[in-house]
Amino acid sequence: MTASPSLQSVNTLVADVVRRHAADPTRMVQILREVQESLDWLSPEAIDALETQLKVPRTKIEGVAGFYSFLYTEPRGRYRILFSDNITDRMLGNEALYERLCKSLWVEPGRMSEDGLVSVGRTSCTGLCDQGPAMLVNNLAIGRLSEARVDQIAELVRAGVPLAEWPAELFAVEDNIRRADILLGSDMQPGQALLAARALAPDEGLQASNMRSWREGLPTGLGGPPAILDEIKHANLRGRGGAGFTTGLKWEACRNAPLQPGQTRIIVCNADEGEPGTFKDRVLLTRQPDLVFEGMTVAAYAVGATRGFLYLRGEYRYLLDPLNAVLARRRAENLLGENILGIPGANFDIEIHLGAGAYVCGEESALIESLEGKRGTPRNRPPFPVTNGYLDQPTIVNNVETFAAAALIALKGGAWYAAIGTKHSAGTKLLSVAGDCARPGIYEYPFGVSVRQVLEDCGAGDVQAVQVSGPSGVCIAPAEFDRVIGFEDIPTAGAFTVFDNSRDMFEVARNYVHFFQHESCGFCTPCRVGTSLLKNLMDKLHRGAGSPYDFAEIEKLNLLLQSMSHCGLGHTACNPVLDTIARFRPAYERRLMQKQFTPAFDLDQALALARQMTGRDDALAHLSTHHGDHA
Amino acid sequence: MNPTFTLDGRAIPFLPGQTILQAATAAGVFIPHLCYHPEFKPHGSCKLCTVKVNGRHTASCTMQAAPGMSVESETEEINGERRALTQMLFVEGNHYCPSCEKSGDCQLQATAYHLGMMSPHYDHFFPNRPVDASHPEVLLDFNRCILCSLCVRASRDVDGKNVFALSGRGIDTHLIVNAASGKLADTDFTLADKAAQVCPVGVILKKRKGFAVPIGERTYDKAPIASVAVAGEK
Repeated sequence: MTASPSLQSVNTLVADVVRRHAADPTRMVQILREVQESLDWLSPEAIDALETQLKVPRTKIEGVAGFYSFLYTEPRGRYRILFSDNITDRMLGNEALYERLCKSLWVEPGRMSEDGLVSVGRTSCTGLCDQGPAMLVNNLAIGRLSEARVDQIAELVRAGVPLAEWPAELFAVEDNIRRADILLGSDMQPGQALLAARALAPDEGLQASNMRSWREGLPTGLGGPPAILDEIKHANLRGRGGAGFTTGLKWEACRNAPLQPGQTRIIVCNADEGEPGTFKDRVLLTRQPDLVFEGMTVAAYAVGATRGFLYLRGEYRYLLDPLNAVLARRRAENLLGENILGIPGANFDIEIHLGAGAYVCGEESALIESLEGKRGTPRNRPPFPVTNGYLDQPTIVNNVETFAAAALIALKGGAWYAAIGTKHSAGTKLLSVAGDCARPGIYEYPFGVSVRQVLEDCGAGDVQAVQVSGPSGVCIAPAEFDRVIGFEDIPTAGAFTVFDNSRDMFEVARNYVHFFQHESCGFCTPCRVGTSLLKNLMDKLHRGAGSPYDFAEIEKLNLLLQSMSHCGLGHTACNPVLDTIARFRPAYERRLMQKQFTPAFDLDQALALARQMTGRDDALAHLSTHHGDHA
Repeated sequence: MNPTFTLDGRAIPFLPGQTILQAATAAGVFIPHLCYHPEFKPHGSCKLCTVKVNGRHTASCTMQAAPGMSVESETEEINGERRALTQMLFVEGNHYCPSCEKSGDCQLQATAYHLGMMSPHYDHFFPNRPVDASHPEVLLDFNRCILCSLCVRASRDVDGKNVFALSGRGIDTHLIVNAASGKLADTDFTLADKAAQVCPVGVILKKRKGFAVPIGERTYDKAPIASVAVAGEK
């Protein structure tokens, strides 16, 4: 165990971080994250120093630190290990590996070891579903866990080997691109799309007014910015984050939003890819970062924005340095910065903000709150971000894939793009295929591909169900496999998780319910309390103590969450349960062992603490005889 | 002539910028609420004030009134949903009305009566929330906190002190105070603060005043919350 750093060194370290962020409290999440990267946790001394140096109330710091899963106000050890706990990790046997590591390191699950060396816990899906089971060590991803890997990791931890000296192959993340189309197959050179966008301006005279529109953000002028906006509209591009809002309309609304003095327009790329089962943005940002950044710059050109953010989920910490290197290269090539490509007044730059473990920040207004250094609570809407977004400025928030598509549209034109896919769903869609199939990975298809086709391509046999678009999407059964991916039938943010007939769909739904309960932000009553009630009821059914009454309660709670919740998280938290009840009802009914009402209080379970304290788990240490199927 | 919207079939006039809840209150119509307070910016978190606007559920404290809106509030469906939310708040914390000195003055209790809540319905969570009795004049009993954040807003926006804030996430969301020790005595909080006056439940309690007004003669003993709120918040 290392000695805790002296007060003086804490103060100096905090001062360095604070200075790097110009003592700006809107950068609170980044500041806390960086302080923790050095100190392993946010100690009271570190918070004291932040309070003094940032000149903000302690409540503000503690309120933010308490919100994000990856920020710790309690010591969590020098090695902070979190097992990804998506259903796909479960299907690949992560539970046994979790127990193996805990045993091997002599730690209690979720607790720090007594010598302060290590803690082992669980976290939501880390986006390595195609190469699970996965974990994060101090927020760095490790996939393809096996007994051998877990033992190797235990050795490295016990020996106190610094993370930087761990074998690099542990941290290797594969792209697994199985089918590439226009996006993943693009060979666009950096700058080409911007040059094409600029070339849309017919002549120099018009160019002048375009420049004014960039500088002042005025919705005037023909050619240039308005022309590229037209191309985006002609392309019929719709948002790839799941909601499918028309991109051209969003950009136009932002462009038309009035600016107050001192304001600018803001472009935000949402790379907070938290939907369990989704990992396509990770691959796009690995393979095609220029396409994404170029798309953001095209958006800036179209609406007259000068500032951009990439909000990268904390689980993708390992991508931060490579992506910053791409941004640095683009600055050196004058594709970012001042007078981009020599266009006077064309000023735009992008910075990367890292999330800290909060699924809800994928919701655009919660994401903006987080960018402003606050708790990631979804805002009341209206007003919408296009008029009142980041620091109350007009803001576009689009998905990674949307910006990549926008760059291609700038390069090749709206008509070219609109001809790909279907009438209502132009272009291609990246699917993150995982679960029971021979070839998990990324598949890029033109919209309109059938579920059956995808299953065939990924080598899935004996399929019972497919969860499309993650837990907040839809769960479909074999009778529906001719349905197609597209806004007119099954819209999706990209997850495509396959379950064969050996899987228990009740357990799938229960895993998703646990996810939503863990990720509820806690702002509104129905979601905060309702997701916990739902979790408790699903666990009761799991224990074999459920009755038809509980089943009816689950259905009622789902309806309440749907109607009363503040944001999409609550509205969709019930989807996996409602879908699986509708399609796989026997999976639930099998668990209704009790025909009448069964009280929630379980005398045997109440003795669990006593068993733990005495180290006993034999038959005589249990009271009841009935135990449900623990599959 | 002000524009109007209809609320349960009745025309309600409103001023530009008014929310549905504000306009309804001004017209003498009560919509249940806990996190809304007329002196503060609406928060929209408790969701008790949810109504249906043109068939869609929305919080009436944050939704601006618009001409011709058709709003439903006093329906069996919506009141059933409000009752369920109230029950959720009861089981989430530790609420024992008979032994609570706020009984009779508590908006949560009065709202439960208003909605005809006969039982907590859901299983109790029984969270462990120690009280903070450190301050000489005020007791903080976190067991009853419903996370309405009125004290947070009052301390920040009126008192300029930031004594209170919410921390944690999800079901672990909780109220914190602005001190390294986590104790109210170590903050600059005083009884004169606005934040000391706004708690709708029994978290922020003045010491030694608990039973100055006997039970049976308290606010909601004398009149139901619907009439008290409409009279007080117009």
